[in-house]
Amino acid sequence: MKNRMNTRRSLIALAALATFTLTSPVSAQDKSIVVSSTTSTQDSGLFGHILPLFKAKTGIDVKVVSQGTGQALDTGRRGDADVVFVHAKPQEEKFVADGFGVKRFPVMYNDFVLIGPKNDPAGVKGRDIVAALKTIKEKSAPFISRGDRSGTHAAELNLWKIAAVDIAKDKGAWYKEIGQGMGAALNTASASNAYVLADRGTWLSFKNRGDLAIIVEGDNRLFNQYGVILVNPAKHPTVKKDFGQAFIDWLVSAEGQKAITDYKIGGQQLFFANATVPGA
Amino acid sequence: MPSDLTAVQLVLSADPELMGIVSLSLTVSLAAVACAALIGIPLGALIALTRFPGREACIVVLNALMGLPPVVVGLAVYLLLSRSGPLGSWGLLFTPQAMVIAQAILVTPIIAALARQTIEDLWVEYREELAAMNVGPLGRIATLIWDGRFSLTTALLAGFGRAAAEVGAVIIVGGNIDGFTRTMTTAIALETSKGDLPLAIGLGIVLIAIVIVVNALAWGARRAGERFSG
Repeated sequence: MKNRMNTRRSLIALAALATFTLTSPVSAQDKSIVVSSTTSTQDSGLFGHILPLFKAKTGIDVKVVSQGTGQALDTGRRGDADVVFVHAKPQEEKFVADGFGVKRFPVMYNDFVLIGPKNDPAGVKGRDIVAALKTIKEKSAPFISRGDRSGTHAAELNLWKIAAVDIAKDKGAWYKEIGQGMGAALNTASASNAYVLADRGTWLSFKNRGDLAIIVEGDNRLFNQYGVILVNPAKHPTVKKDFGQAFIDWLVSAEGQKAITDYKIGGQQLFFANATVPGA
Repeated sequence: MPSDLTAVQLVLSADPELMGIVSLSLTVSLAAVACAALIGIPLGALIALTRFPGREACIVVLNALMGLPPVVVGLAVYLLLSRSGPLGSWGLLFTPQAMVIAQAILVTPIIAALARQTIEDLWVEYREELAAMNVGPLGRIATLIWDGRFSLTTALLAGFGRAAAEVGAVIIVGGNIDGFTRTMTTAIALETSKGDLPLAIGLGIVLIAIVIVVNALAWGARRAGERFSG
């Protein structure tokens, strides 16, 4: 009998513990927003630099969920984020046109670089990304694609199109779609000595380079624009529009733009603020 | 996480960020095991002690559910808790609570299946005794759970191991948010993707060490309990 009482008591204690852990932290989400963003802004360390500055100024906690651009926009579409901060202008404009976002603000740019083995087996080193991709295809040199509907993946597909390569049809064993983030793609390229298109920010902060180096850079077609959008409160009433808009306003303000410009790794600037450039 | 530090330095300096990650990992996994135990142990006992049509199939399914893929559970919980999902109004997506729910779903079948086996074995042993004492069905369940409590800790530890080690479910429903839903496993995944493999491995070793400590504590408690109850 005593045994049974003990069992009941410990079960009640367990239940109390479970209820406590399930309910207690809910109230902590007062002054915070969820931003769905890309792996490049997170992995490059940009958020680690600018978010503490924003928090110090406004007291708003920014919770970043980093995904590929396609998935980040989906998260916004479902109403699971208050703000999306991504890099694929046509998809961003569609997101706003479909009524899921209020307005797109350009924030900053960086550029893509073609990464490959230092000894450049396909012989594509230089400034011309289109010629480089054509050669890679002709020589069937190993190439790693993100394959995850991210902004970088979209940019890569667009470059194949400019190079007049129908990659969906022409891809062979040399072209591997890994369906993962930028870091994973670089890890794979590093392990298999392959070429890969990367954003400069992630590349600069990437540690497991192995024999990889920048092979092609400086082509105008490698430009990579970032935009920020408030998720439409008319579609999802739970969106914290005041805090979200405060974040956007700060990003495009002189102060936010300076914070972005000031972020450097080893003396190299990673992102270039351009909120005031028309049409960016 | 400051990437210029090695994992060893992080541990030795009791880095507050690392401590936060470790404590979140432990809280989430232990809460998930507690919830799963509340459901799993009585459920396992019920299946062990009752006879009903389809019982064998029920046991096979329960055993099979021990292999639930975390990423599928994560996705299902994500769709449930999403603002556009049926439970969206709870606002739980990308919170530690969502991670507890997903892990509890993963762990419940493990605890239930192992509890069923343990209690059924005990039942065979004590059947006549309990029948002679004229104990009712609920009393039998309670008695057998209590008598099997030391063996049942193994079921709880198996559940804890599963919860502490998985990354697929928590990264989807938690979002790996810095300082809020980042656990040991999602931090390891993140450092791997940043190419900081030494730090990722270091964190992995820390995680394994924590799991060993939890198991050692459980073992000690079990030994102490056995000695106490003779």
